[in-house]
Amino acid sequence: MTKGRTYGGHPRVLLEKIDKYSWRIPQKYKPGMRVPGLVLADEYLLEKMKTDRTLEQCANVAHLPGIYKHAITLPDGHEGYGFPIGGVAATDYEEGVISPGGVGYDINCGVRLLSTNLSEEDIHPYLAELTNTIFNNVPCGLGSRRKDFRLTIHELDRLSTEGVQWVIEQELGRPEDAKHCEENGCMKTANPDKVSTTAKNRGLSQCGTLGSGNHFLEIQKVEKIYDAKVAKVFGIDHEGQVTVMIHCGSRGFGHQICSDYLRVMERAVHKYKITLPDRELACAPGTSNEAQDYYQAMACAVNYAFSNRQVITHLVRQSFEQIFKKPADHFGLGLVYDVAHNIAKIEEHKISEKVTKVWIHRKGATRAFGPERKEVPSDYRAVGQPVIIPGSMGTSSWVMVGTSKAMDVSFGSTAHGAGRMMSRSAAKRRFWGGDIKKALEQRGIIVRSASAVILAEEADPAYKDVEKVVDVSDRVGIATKVARLVPLSVVKG
Amino acid sequence: MTAVPLTKRFEFLEHTADVYVVAHGKTLEEAFENAALATFEIMTDTAKVEPKVEDEIEVEGYDEQALLYNWLEMLIVKFEITENLYSRFKIFPIKKNLEGLNLKAKIWGETFNPNKHTQKAGVKAITYHQMEILKKPKDVTVKFILDI
Repeated sequence: MTKGRTYGGHPRVLLEKIDKYSWRIPQKYKPGMRVPGLVLADEYLLEKMKTDRTLEQCANVAHLPGIYKHAITLPDGHEGYGFPIGGVAATDYEEGVISPGGVGYDINCGVRLLSTNLSEEDIHPYLAELTNTIFNNVPCGLGSRRKDFRLTIHELDRLSTEGVQWVIEQELGRPEDAKHCEENGCMKTANPDKVSTTAKNRGLSQCGTLGSGNHFLEIQKVEKIYDAKVAKVFGIDHEGQVTVMIHCGSRGFGHQICSDYLRVMERAVHKYKITLPDRELACAPGTSNEAQDYYQAMACAVNYAFSNRQVITHLVRQSFEQIFKKPADHFGLGLVYDVAHNIAKIEEHKISEKVTKVWIHRKGATRAFGPERKEVPSDYRAVGQPVIIPGSMGTSSWVMVGTSKAMDVSFGSTAHGAGRMMSRSAAKRRFWGGDIKKALEQRGIIVRSASAVILAEEADPAYKDVEKVVDVSDRVGIATKVARLVPLSVVKG
Repeated sequence: MTAVPLTKRFEFLEHTADVYVVAHGKTLEEAFENAALATFEIMTDTAKVEPKVEDEIEVEGYDEQALLYNWLEMLIVKFEITENLYSRFKIFPIKKNLEGLNLKAKIWGETFNPNKHTQKAGVKAITYHQMEILKKPKDVTVKFILDI
């Protein structure tokens, strides 16, 4: 933990301007920095970052043993725990470290997008009923759990090991769903023996639940297409087209795995004599048992989160069937893509002209691989992977596409969302849940929420402008605009 | 012992993404009890949570910060596994042993009922971020951030 800095009195971080959208925190800013920091932001977003410890945390990440090139803060960067949220760090596979803080508590918090063949006018008469049905079918809010779909420990182990494929085998998905997930919906390194009983107990009844906080499910329409050629490849072919977005993570299962391994890493820091500027950067050498155990447990949570979004997808498809009395595939409802926002993995990147194996930490960051990478599904490989960026409640969300530029600049990564800028308590003082709901409804957006308090805390002005985040990503070229989506209805925890 | 008014038992300070809690007590035990109450106050209106069921908790920690972390984590886990919300906490005098510190407590609450209990935010985890334990005679303050 950083001592001697009072809360609110943020240190002035040394910054050098590289160009309009990039800034460097030079290595000389702090004596222990092994590489510089790279901040991708315009003036507006940079000013927001200066109001909390985002930039200081970026400089702290640059201390990690084995880190390559630079510690990256993306346009949506804001203060996190140890690592800023909206950041990327790559460390050497053999000489570098792996840190649970570089992934976060909500392992594989992420988002998936479904496309339909419906237009806004087709769905409009049924929208309220459909939203209610989804709200009733998908448990959400405080302590949301499933009463009907409770896993046994054995089933949970299989789900953690096999991911989305196992869920599909339980008849909760279509065979083609798995290949439209990052990692094909399963990290093969998962090993449930590395997961504590407490984590498993938390996970038994939460698969297929949305949870609380910033998580949501939206029925949306395509408001504007920016890149028609790529949009078509992703299954988005006209403005007004209806889509469904699901934003959630690995629930208590992932939170507990993170917490358990933070303890392990604290001990590892002492054991391997690693010097760090912040307790929450706790890490272990990638080749150590501690790191390998974490990586195998983390992969279980990654698979749990993919599976969670898969079960919710099934519930959404069922809800359409209930309302329209026709099979779900009649409306499309195919999976465009499922992306992780909080994840660590082994990837190969070109560093100083040499292909190098690294541990990639993406915390509040989306993979944005460009064309021809083998990790991108075959049907998207010619154009690059879909990058899905959720906005805050009631604002726009975006479909972008990964680029070759991202491979050079940001280890194939871009931003993950709007990023908060107002505290929850300030939002509650400024807004009242009922007013927020009314304001959204005046704009024709239907809102169903388990909690009025959450509506106030998640009010749109509490977040940075997602448009600005997306603009910077597009101008820097680390993911470019494909389509803008706006909500027709929102289901909220 | 005079009862400390609820508003003084804990308060919530500003933090961009999550909730920054400050809890007070005359002793470490009392400050930890109030930290627990604050944690449940984030999730619900604890005034509506009746002490109908009793549970016992035991946690260890190699230092006071680790003990606070483990105590609150245990409560979050208890809620998720049993569905019980808690509103009353009694921590017995914290003991030192070879491993560090040992905390035993009794807690009281009832099953979460969405029709009765206000739904506020779910707490994902307790963090070490900006955690502080400040001790003066008869005045202990603990500060921590909960991930929401």
